[in-house]
Amino acid sequence: MAPENRNKVREGSPWRGLGAVITKEMADNLTSARMRILEILIILTAVGTGYSALKQLSSSTAQGQDQFLFLKLFTTAQDPLPAFAGFLGFLVPLIAISLAFDSVNGEFSRRTISRVLSQPIYRDALLLGKFLGEFFTLALVLSAIWLLVFGIGLLGLGIPPTGAEVARSILFLVATIVYGGFWMALALLFSTLFNQSATAALASIAVWLFFTVFWGILASLLAQGLKPIQYGFLDEALAQAKLQLVLSRISPNTLFAETTIGLLSPAVRSLGLFLPFELQGAVLGAPLPVGQSLLLIWPNLTGMIAATIVLFALSYISFQRREIRT
Amino acid sequence: MADNIIETKDLTKKYGDFVAVDSLNLSVKRGEVFGLLGPNGAGKTTTILMLLGLTEPTAGRVKVLGFNPVRQPLSIKSHAGYIPDQVGFYDELTARENLIYIARLNSLSRQESNRRIDEALEKVGLTQVADKTVRTYSRGMRQRLGVADVLIKNPQLIIMDEPTQGLDPELARGFLELIRELANSGITILLSSHLLYQVQEVCDRVGLFHQGHMVLEGTVTALAQKVLGAGYHVRLRANGTKTTYVEQLRTLPGVVDVHFKEPDLYTLVSTKDLRSEAARVIVNAGGKLTSLDIENLSLDDIYNSYFEEVKHGPRK
Repeated sequence: MAPENRNKVREGSPWRGLGAVITKEMADNLTSARMRILEILIILTAVGTGYSALKQLSSSTAQGQDQFLFLKLFTTAQDPLPAFAGFLGFLVPLIAISLAFDSVNGEFSRRTISRVLSQPIYRDALLLGKFLGEFFTLALVLSAIWLLVFGIGLLGLGIPPTGAEVARSILFLVATIVYGGFWMALALLFSTLFNQSATAALASIAVWLFFTVFWGILASLLAQGLKPIQYGFLDEALAQAKLQLVLSRISPNTLFAETTIGLLSPAVRSLGLFLPFELQGAVLGAPLPVGQSLLLIWPNLTGMIAATIVLFALSYISFQRREIRT
Repeated sequence: MADNIIETKDLTKKYGDFVAVDSLNLSVKRGEVFGLLGPNGAGKTTTILMLLGLTEPTAGRVKVLGFNPVRQPLSIKSHAGYIPDQVGFYDELTARENLIYIARLNSLSRQESNRRIDEALEKVGLTQVADKTVRTYSRGMRQRLGVADVLIKNPQLIIMDEPTQGLDPELARGFLELIRELANSGITILLSSHLLYQVQEVCDRVGLFHQGHMVLEGTVTALAQKVLGAGYHVRLRANGTKTTYVEQLRTLPGVVDVHFKEPDLYTLVSTKDLRSEAARVIVNAGGKLTSLDIENLSLDDIYNSYFEEVKHGPRK
């Protein structure tokens, strides 16, 4: 055939039309009924946890002595509500899944896919545009919650946060968005794999439930089975605990929980096990600088980002070769 | 070559062992309306998807508007519009918003896209309802919106998959008129259908599809000649002696066959229009001619006749 067939390069940029898709997705998401429901959830979460944390903090005697009072706002819990950070741990996956579970199969079921793909764009732009549009929506939602809590804190505590506190809480926001990105990529993958939106939603929720409820139990069972304590040596107990930690870190929930602790509790200097002799020379209870805390959670953050990229790559592979007639 | 908008050579698509399209050779000239006809599952939609680069051919070559759909899909899709079978829109958006999205995907400037959207809506007669959500649209309006959707890119070629499916006869007729109008404005049109009688009036040429092969191709008249042996069927009613008429009509130049159908009704198969000659024969023989007309051959006849031949072997 003509020489261009031997040339294996596709013409034009794969990102053509990306901006249009992102704008469309964001506009759709922000005006949808789904978003109204999420907004209500957000306000309830922020106000509820913020208020209960404030009440707890103002009644505690430690006020005035704590160097990082502002961060306590995110981590203080009062029954029956969990702390704000803990709340986000299971609210964020739900928001992310609800935004993304029908992104690709929705186009198929509305029969718009062939019309959109017959425009001069590549599938790359459609898939990435959808992901980014939803991701930016999520980032917007989480930033709104974060600002709400921050505002409640400013009003309620009456003390301005220090620079380190602001930096830590912003890093916490970033980590939360990254964590949401993982669940979003998972829902996107299921939305390319399953033709029915409902199946995709259910599959995403199933994975979420698995990691939230069952993985912890499973990790401990596996660790006991694989590294049993036979003679009661310290080494054995240590090996088992280490294995359990490694296994539990497969779950993004664990990664996020550790990240939260590392960022919001400046005194935490290790996320794993450490033995007393490893603490030699350490001033216990002394806070770490922001940079050191960031280093501490860096592996967790990169782990979540890497998992997100892997999931997106899988959806990309499945979507590129997908026949558009169903 | 330059005048061929679509050209395929031995185009083949297999899904596993199933051959959806088998060595298709198709050429569509600039400005014509070409109909891909055939039963469901004959490979029409697969062919269309390959032309647009929406699915990859297994073998063979394709050129659409001079471009290769596998490597240069963007150039093709910038200048060719596609109206899929049962076209879908974002129901929660208005017609105009749907079109704006498409205009943005085509990288049109805001001004340019507003102008083209207004023009396109005007052309398909949806200006009045442009700001209503598509959810409120009827089947016919959606189909028209589908046309507006492709007109936005000023296409040189429009490909329609089953454009009249699901429309009632009156709507279908209106839609075919719209297709004719588009063709008159210089746009090449490729349409697929299994409703042969509807498309035969609008197509310049047709190709009959059967199990992935294009079994026949040409104008409706040419196909009739190929399949039914001749192009014209004249029906005449006259009272008088049967045998004389049949014998005398047979002597006319261009006559292929004369049948005596029932008392006083004869049909004449010929390669040209023999109505006046036949009338003269009857009158000269002293008969009384009561009616005379030419039968319009329908694609259905051709189609049925062809597939009978395929099933039962040649009739000759």
